[in-house]
Parts: sequence; structure tokens; C-alpha cells
Amino acid sequence: MLIRRPSDIRPSEITPQSAYMSRRQWMTGAGAALLVASLSAQRPARASSLGAIVNSAYSVDEKRTSLEDVTHYNNFYEFGLNKEDPAKVAPGLLKTRPWTVTVDGECAKPATIDIDSLMRAGDLEERVYRHRCVEAWSMVIPWVGIPLSAVLRRFEPTSKAKFVAFQTLMDPKQLPGESNTLFYSWPYREGLRLDEAMHPLAFLAVGLYGDALPAQNGAPIRLVVPWKYGFKSIKSIVAIRFVEQQPPTLWNSQAPNEYGFYSNVNPNVDHPRWSQGKERRIGEFARRPTLMFNGYAEQVASLYSGMDLGVFF
Amino acid sequence: MLGETSPSTPFGRRPARTTSLGRSLVRGGVHLLCFVPLLTLATSGLLGELGANPIEALVRGLGDWALRFLVLVLAVSPLRRLTGWSVLAGYRRMLGLWAFAYAGFHVASYVVLDQFFDWANIGHEILQHKFITAGMVALSLMLPLAATSTNAMIRRLGGRRWRRLHQAVYVVGPLAVIHYVWMVKADITQPLVYAALIAVLLAYRGVMLLWDVRMGPSDQ
Repeated sequence: MLIRRPSDIRPSEITPQSAYMSRRQWMTGAGAALLVASLSAQRPARASSLGAIVNSAYSVDEKRTSLEDVTHYNNFYEFGLNKEDPAKVAPGLLKTRPWTVTVDGECAKPATIDIDSLMRAGDLEERVYRHRCVEAWSMVIPWVGIPLSAVLRRFEPTSKAKFVAFQTLMDPKQLPGESNTLFYSWPYREGLRLDEAMHPLAFLAVGLYGDALPAQNGAPIRLVVPWKYGFKSIKSIVAIRFVEQQPPTLWNSQAPNEYGFYSNVNPNVDHPRWSQGKERRIGEFARRPTLMFNGYAEQVASLYSGMDLGVFF
Repeated sequence: MLGETSPSTPFGRRPARTTSLGRSLVRGGVHLLCFVPLLTLATSGLLGELGANPIEALVRGLGDWALRFLVLVLAVSPLRRLTGWSVLAGYRRMLGLWAFAYAGFHVASYVVLDQFFDWANIGHEILQHKFITAGMVALSLMLPLAATSTNAMIRRLGGRRWRRLHQAVYVVGPLAVIHYVWMVKADITQPLVYAALIAVLLAYRGVMLLWDVRMGPSDQ
């Protein structure tokens, strides 16, 4: 009988130091997250028109953009191409109740579910996130909602689920911009890799500034992915699908050289038509430097380790 | 300029009927009209009525007006030929200067308000981003035209050379439209409207040139 001597351990079986160090880091992080969770559980929830809202530890401590600017400077092409259009048009046209979201694809429990029961997947949180548009302007917005992962888990994605695809309501009567089919292939579609979607920062918002989302901001339910350019955060969602292949997205199919699938905020990768190194925070005069992953590098950079972000922009 | 024939100066004959006072009043009125968009943009900017991103609104507003004045100035000669109103020719240089003024304010607002003299980034954008490149080339081509807009410069250059130099506006117009088309995200309807206008105005000159060559110059 052959007895393996200790020296027979192949080098590949040895965990490299960086890996176990990162495991330790992760454990510390997990511990911290647990602590944060217990802290936030103790934090008193405050009442709002949406019900009780808990403050989130993921919030940034930066001056919030005024409600007026957040609700009157919107890129929501389904309601017009000018940023003033959605505030004028959307509230009168978009019917946000009843509203159902269909979740299907590679999951054990596909379902079409009413938005109000969908949001019961977790406590409503307020998260003050930086919002960086691909057009080099930014805001700080107090969203209200629940982590995307809490919702997605309910549908039990299978091992085949590699990506999550999202879709906006398709109804040109309510979203008149969808009649403009010459330049756009509606409905609006977006997608995330499953690990991005399950990241604790990925968020489903139903409100802002403590109240229900205004129509022009993507009512009644929208995605918020704060480390990516704003257009990834799809509005007025009616369908979520777990898929095996990277799903097509509207801006990426429109101009693949300008809008990558990932579209992580990156000051070092220019948009073909302008530089991304600086941004104008709405309400401020001088441009401020844009931060890697919009300032969320510490939380999300590991999702992209080993990837060339100039290629996968 | 193409489509113009007999006048001894590039702006046509002075209309003898109008009194000089009347002419001055009309010219003053036109200047005032040309000044209105600038005044409106500036006051709404100061009153905080330009929305959440007033700097962008101002830069784009000024650019829009530069383009509109370019269309107007290119429309003068065809209109004059079609209507026979030779008095129009006297407004061509004025409208050209206003186009230059709006283009200048447009770029100044970009440099001062949008970029706040970040010359490194401005240089980077001009070299790396073609829509800025096109815009800057357009403005550079307008500089010599504006600089030679005085009567003294016309005399110094001579009418023929002056006219040839000022044909650069046939390049500036399309460049300005290209600048706009390349800036827009996807729906290029708006810039295409300007493109169509400028295309028609330039095509008209081409057709008239051929016509004049074949038929001999027609008079107004």
C-alpha cells in the first residue's frame, strides 16, 4: 500500500497567501456586516408614507441633491429626450398601481407577483447613494427600498443562472417615447452578472426622500446600482429573468463602443465622446474628480479582480 | 459669394431709397433682435431658471444660437436671389458676426464655466474627442472671417480675395452640424434638421453656380 508522503502535496493544492488573507478579510468583513446588521436592527425605524424605514449603514455622508433637482433632471427617454420632459409628462401618464413584476428564467420558483408583496421580502431601508450619470454629472440621492438580493433569493435561482435581465414596462400609451422606434429598440432592458445582482449594494428602490418614487424617477420600482453609470439602474421594472448568457441591453446594443455591458464608473476609461475623469455634482460649480467605482471600490472591486476594465468597460 | 453678380462690394448696392436714418434704425433693431437670445440666456441663468444643470443649459443654448445664426447667414444670399431684395445683402456680414459672437460665447462658457480653465482636460478633449475637435475647428475657421469683417480689411484684401476667404463659411456650417450630430446620444432628429437646412442652402448655391455657368448670370 502506497502511503503518500507529506511532500507529495502539489503546489496547486496549497492555498496562496493572498487567497487565505482575502478569506480572513472576508471573515472580518462578514463579522463587521453582522455587527452592522445588529446595529441597524436596533436602530429605531422611522415612519414614512411608505411605512417604517430603517437607515442603512451603506449610506454615504455627503450633501444630498435637492428633491427638486432629483425629480426635475431625469434621463428617462420613454418620456422625452430632454431632462425636463419626464417631470412634465410622466406623472400624468404612468399608472403605477396595480403593478406586477414577473420573475422567471433559471429559477425554482418563477412567479408573477404584485409589487407590494414583492417588497415584503425585507425591511424598507433608506440608502443615500452617489449617482453618477455616464454624461459626467452626479447626484446624491436618498433612496428607499430593499436589497436586490433579498428579492432575488425568494425565487431560488438555479446553478444555471449566471446573469439577471431586467425589463421596463412596454406600453407606448403610458410611455410615449416608446413610439420612437426609429432610434431605439424598446423596451428598455438592462442586465447584471448574478454576483453583481447579489451584491449587498445592489438595491431595488420604491421611494426617494422618504416618499414613493415619483413617476419620472422610475416608479413604482427601479434598480439602483451605485457603482455603475446611472443608465444601468433601469426604471419602472416589470420583468426580471435569470439567464445563462449575458443578456442584451438597450444602450449596449445601441452603441456597443460607447456603453459597455458592465459600465462601471471608471475615471480612467473615457467615453468615446468625452472624458470621465471629472463630473459635475448637480448644485455645485466646479467639477469634482470621479472616483473609481463611484467611490464604492472597497465594496465592489473584488467582483472584477483579474478583469481588464479597459476591455470590459 | 455664389449667386451674386453685379455688386461692386461684396454686400451689394446700397439701396438708395432708404434714408440713412431709417437704415440705421432698422440695423439697430436687427442688432437688438440678435442680442435677445443672449440676454434671455444670461438673465435666466442669473435668476436660476436654467434648471438643475444651468452650466450645461447655457453652453448648449449658446451653441444652438451659434448654429441658428450660421443657418441665417447662409440663407441670406439664396433669399436675396429668390426674392430680389438686394437690401438683404447688407445684413449678411452682421449675421455672420453674430454667429461668431454666439460661437465665441459658446466656447467661452465651455472653457470658463464648464471646465473652469482646466486646460489639460480641455486639450485632452480637443485631441481625443472628435465632437469637440470638429467644434474647435469650426470656431478656428470663423476667427479669420471675423477678423476681416471691417471695411478696411475688405479694401486691403480686395473684394475677390475677401469673398474667397469668406467662402470658408461653407465649411464652418457643415462642421458645426457634425459637431452637433456627434454630440447627441442616439436620436439625431434635431441635428438632422440643421443638417437638412444647411444642405439645402449649400445645394442651392451649387445649382445656381451650374445654372449661371450654362445660362450666363441672371440678374435679380
